[in-house]
Amino acid sequence: MHNEAILPSTARAGGRKTPRTVITAENLTKKYGDVAAVDAISFSVPAGESFGLLGPNGAGKSTTMKMIGGVTSRTSGSLEIMGLDPDVHGPEVRAHLGVLPQQDNLDEELRVRDNLLVYGRYFGLPMSYLKPKADELLEFAQLTDKAKSKVDALSGGMKRRLTIARSLINEPQILLLDEPTTGLDPQARHILWDRLFRLKEQGVTLILTTHYMDEAEQLCDRLIVVDKGRIMAEGSPAQLIRGHSTREVVELRFGSERNTTIAAELDGIGDRLEVLPDRVLIYAHDGESALEQVASRGLRPLTSLVRRSSLEDVFLRLTGRSLVD
Amino acid sequence: MSAGASVKGAAEAARNRTFGPLYSRNAKAVISRGLLATRSTNWLVMLSGFFEPVLFLVSMGVGLGAIVGSVQGPGGGEISYAAYIAPALLAVSAMNGAVYDSTWNVFFKMNFAKLYQGMLYTSLGPLDVALGEIFLALLRGLLYALGFTAVMGVMGLITTPWALLMIPASVLIAFGFAGIGMGITSFLKTFQQMDWINFIMLPMFLFSATFYPLSVYPQAIQWLIQAMPLWHGVELLRQISVGTFTAATPIHIGYYLVMTAAGMLLTTVRLRHLFLK
Repeated sequence: MHNEAILPSTARAGGRKTPRTVITAENLTKKYGDVAAVDAISFSVPAGESFGLLGPNGAGKSTTMKMIGGVTSRTSGSLEIMGLDPDVHGPEVRAHLGVLPQQDNLDEELRVRDNLLVYGRYFGLPMSYLKPKADELLEFAQLTDKAKSKVDALSGGMKRRLTIARSLINEPQILLLDEPTTGLDPQARHILWDRLFRLKEQGVTLILTTHYMDEAEQLCDRLIVVDKGRIMAEGSPAQLIRGHSTREVVELRFGSERNTTIAAELDGIGDRLEVLPDRVLIYAHDGESALEQVASRGLRPLTSLVRRSSLEDVFLRLTGRSLVD
Repeated sequence: MSAGASVKGAAEAARNRTFGPLYSRNAKAVISRGLLATRSTNWLVMLSGFFEPVLFLVSMGVGLGAIVGSVQGPGGGEISYAAYIAPALLAVSAMNGAVYDSTWNVFFKMNFAKLYQGMLYTSLGPLDVALGEIFLALLRGLLYALGFTAVMGVMGLITTPWALLMIPASVLIAFGFAGIGMGITSFLKTFQQMDWINFIMLPMFLFSATFYPLSVYPQAIQWLIQAMPLWHGVELLRQISVGTFTAATPIHIGYYLVMTAAGMLLTTVRLRHLFLK
């Protein structure tokens, strides 16, 4: 099985003691001038966990990722990756990391397979190791028949997969994924999720940022919601939904004129009511019975929908609905 | 699984090396990347840089030389006009090769291809990147120097074995320009700013005693030109071409040694500032 060799060596060596915690951040802070992009956040990630950073644009997700990678120094607080301080041991820390940046930065002057070989050379890896490894990763990324293609001839999804393959060339124990599927079509996203899930099964620690709540629910064991550089909530997707939202949500549309005036008439139904320009949301443990109460008050919404609460409800509750720039 | 075992060993070994925060002794990875990229894409561009000084030598040396006749070379001997300007053009060629590689190429890789961001997310440190890129600029300078010296030989402009030392001296000149060039490029953000580089290079090329002796200028202008790097390169190569050395020779060499060290320092500091802030 070609996938076996992608497994990081410490995770594979069953008898050996693996470090319990691969990332520890305490009061991690990054200031640009007076503005704190990351404001005293603390978290730790055990080996093999898939850990998500969720938050709106400008919340400090990417800055946190850069500090983990040792390419941005922190202002204060402490940070340890595999027991090393990335500010002091940047190259050593990065030798354990695979990085999928927000925007693909493949080497357009090199062909597909050469991208993997050359990147491996940056880690000081010998060609005798890299050649079989590159072929194996091309297969993993479903790009074997593109090995000799030019990079700019690849589709967006292929480039993304090649970037992932590249990030695995040094058998990283930690994979940093900054918005891994932004800009991809649904097919490409699902292929990518599948690949990431396999890596997780092999014991690679995944750290990912995303705006997509379905992605976070799919991939993350545990996540933190960050806003304005601070942690708003922490837990598994299920825990967060339980803790910050109701079991179900009723979505009602009365037409944009009536939505605002109807709120008073809905008062008392469900646990919480939220009025949006286009619809009204009722948060309730039992959506169907909430809907029945609406009907019994003689209200006739144009459309109604009962659904399970999602991570998106939690996210919007915690970070607000107003647009952040 | 023997392949697996060696695979594991290699990755482990690479991880367990110790590095400084800036340098992982792996500039060769940057160099081999550059060679591979050159082989597949931009060798034609490199070729054009070789012909420029050759064309100058032919037109000025042969054409203008027919009117000028022979001139006084370093040490007082009479030499042909072509033999007078050839070493100067070689210095210009070394400068151009190094500056193009370390400015326009680096500018593109830094701001558009995002190449260095990718590199600095690996075990490479900024000094590896700087050394690798500058070595490539030097290699280009060396190739130009070899080609140009060969042309000089064919034209009968090489009269002493000393002249072969022009080749390593050209590389030193290229080194000085490459380090400074890359350092300065790191400050520039737009194409308009990049044009300033040409704005400095062209007058330096024309007035650094390239085509006539420095003595034609008033004293103040002479001092200005003597402060500029290209003049030292021109004088150094001109002296080497006839095998005549003076007390000024070590000063010319020293100028480039200092310029090289300053350029490397500036580039490393800037790369660290830009990518590891």
